[in-house]
Amino acid sequence: MISVKNLTKDYTKADGNHIRVIEGLNYEIEKGEKIVIVGPSGSGKSTFLRCLNLLERPTAGQIFFDGEEITAKGTDINKVRQRMGMVFQNFNLFNNLTVMQNLTLAPVKLKIMSEKEAKEKATELLKRVNLLEKADVYPASLSGGQKQRIAIVRSLCMNPEVMLFDEPTSALDPEMVGEVLDVMKQLAEDGMTMVVVTHEMGFAREVATKVLFMDEGIILEENTPEEFFEHPRTKRLQDFLSKVL
Amino acid sequence: MNERIINELIESFGKLFLAGLKVSLPLTIASFSAGLIIAFLVALAQIAKVPVLRHLVRVYVWIIRCTPMIVQLFIVYFGLPSIGIKFNSFVSAWLVMSLSVGAYCSETVRAAIQSVPVGQLEACYCDGLTFWQGMMHVIVPQALRTAFPPLSNSIIGLVKDTSLAYSVALVEILATAQRIAARTYDYFWLYLEAGLIYLIICSVLTVIQSRAEAALERRR
Repeated sequence: MISVKNLTKDYTKADGNHIRVIEGLNYEIEKGEKIVIVGPSGSGKSTFLRCLNLLERPTAGQIFFDGEEITAKGTDINKVRQRMGMVFQNFNLFNNLTVMQNLTLAPVKLKIMSEKEAKEKATELLKRVNLLEKADVYPASLSGGQKQRIAIVRSLCMNPEVMLFDEPTSALDPEMVGEVLDVMKQLAEDGMTMVVVTHEMGFAREVATKVLFMDEGIILEENTPEEFFEHPRTKRLQDFLSKVL
Repeated sequence: MNERIINELIESFGKLFLAGLKVSLPLTIASFSAGLIIAFLVALAQIAKVPVLRHLVRVYVWIIRCTPMIVQLFIVYFGLPSIGIKFNSFVSAWLVMSLSVGAYCSETVRAAIQSVPVGQLEACYCDGLTFWQGMMHVIVPQALRTAFPPLSNSIIGLVKDTSLAYSVALVEILATAQRIAARTYDYFWLYLEAGLIYLIICSVLTVIQSRAEAALERRR
C-alpha cells in the first residue's frame, strides 16, 4: 500500500550545515498492517512519518501510495493527504472552531460530503468515543485525552485509508493515556492500516503487526512484536529496551 | 467665557459633530476597510512567499512607512493633477490613508499570523485542505483575535489622522472649526471643541473595542 524507496532527508541547520536525519530508508507497508516505530529521540522516526504524507519534503528517494508516486513532481498532494489521516503529539485541534466544526470543516470545504452528511458522520464517530456531549464546545475546554480522541475522530471523518500517529500519547497526563490507546486499539481491530510512532511498548506488543527500531536515520531492526521484545538482535536495541521496559 | 461664546459653541457643536459623522467617520471606515484588505494581502504575500510580489510589497511598505502622510497627501492632491490625474479631496485622502493603514497593519497582521502555531496549518494539510483554505478558515481567524488590540489602536489613530485631510481642502471636523473661528475669532474655544469631538468619537471606539474583545474571549 505504501512503499518507501531510498528515502533520505537532510535538514539545513542555522549555521548552514546539513544534517542527515534519514539515510536511504526502504520499507513496504501492506494494507491492514499496524506498524509501530520506536527508537531514541533524534533517530528520525517522526521525520519518517512526516515524509509519508509529505509534511516534510524528502531530500531524495521515492514514496509510492497505492502504486502512485506521491513524491513525483505534479502530484496533487492535497488529494493524497485526504486519504491519509494524521494525529499529532500536540493534538492541533483548530482552536477557533467548535468540536463539531473541527470535524466537518475539511469534508464540507473539500465537497466530499454535504454539511448534513458530515454532521451525521461526525455525530456517529463522536458517539463511538463517548464525546458527543462535547460537540459544541471549543477545544480549549477539553482535557488532553479528550482533545486527542477528537483529533483521531477528525481524521476519521475523512474516511482515510491509512492513519499516521506521531507520538499520540506523549503530551498526555498518565491517567489519560489509556483512553486514547483504547480508541487506537478499536481502530486497529476495525482493520485500519496504521503507522504509529510511540513510546508505549505495551501498545506495540499488543497491537503491532511489525515493530521497527529506528536509530540514526535507518531502520536498525524490524520484527514481529514477540521476537522484537523477546529476542532483540542488535546490541543497540537491547540497550534501548533495557532502558524503556 | 461669556454668553455669546457659549451660544456659539452650542451652535457649532452640531456642525462639528455632523462633519465628523459625514466626513471623518466615513473616511476612517472606508480607509480602514480598504487598508485591512491591503494589509492581509501584503502579509500573505510575504508568508506564502509569492515570487516577485513578496519583494514588491516590501518596497511598498518601506516607502509608505518612511514618508510623512501629509507629504503623500500633497503629492496625490496637488502633485498628480500636473500629470493629468485628478482626485477630489475625499478620494485623495481615502487613497493615501488606505495605503498607510495597509502598510502599517500589514506588519501587525503578519506577526499575528506567524504567532499561530505551525501545527494548526499542518493539521489543515493533513485533512487535505490547501494553504489558502487553511489560512481562510483556521489561521486568519485565530490571527485576527491576536491582532485585534493593535488593529484597534490603528483605527483610533486613523480617526485622528483624518484631520490631516484638512490640508487637502477636505471639510472635516478641523476645517469646519477653522471656518467658524475665522469668522468669530474664537480660535481657542473652537479648536478645543474640535478636540472634544475627536475625544468623543475615539472614546466610543475604545468602549466598542473592549466590548468586542470580551465577546471574542467568550468564544474560546
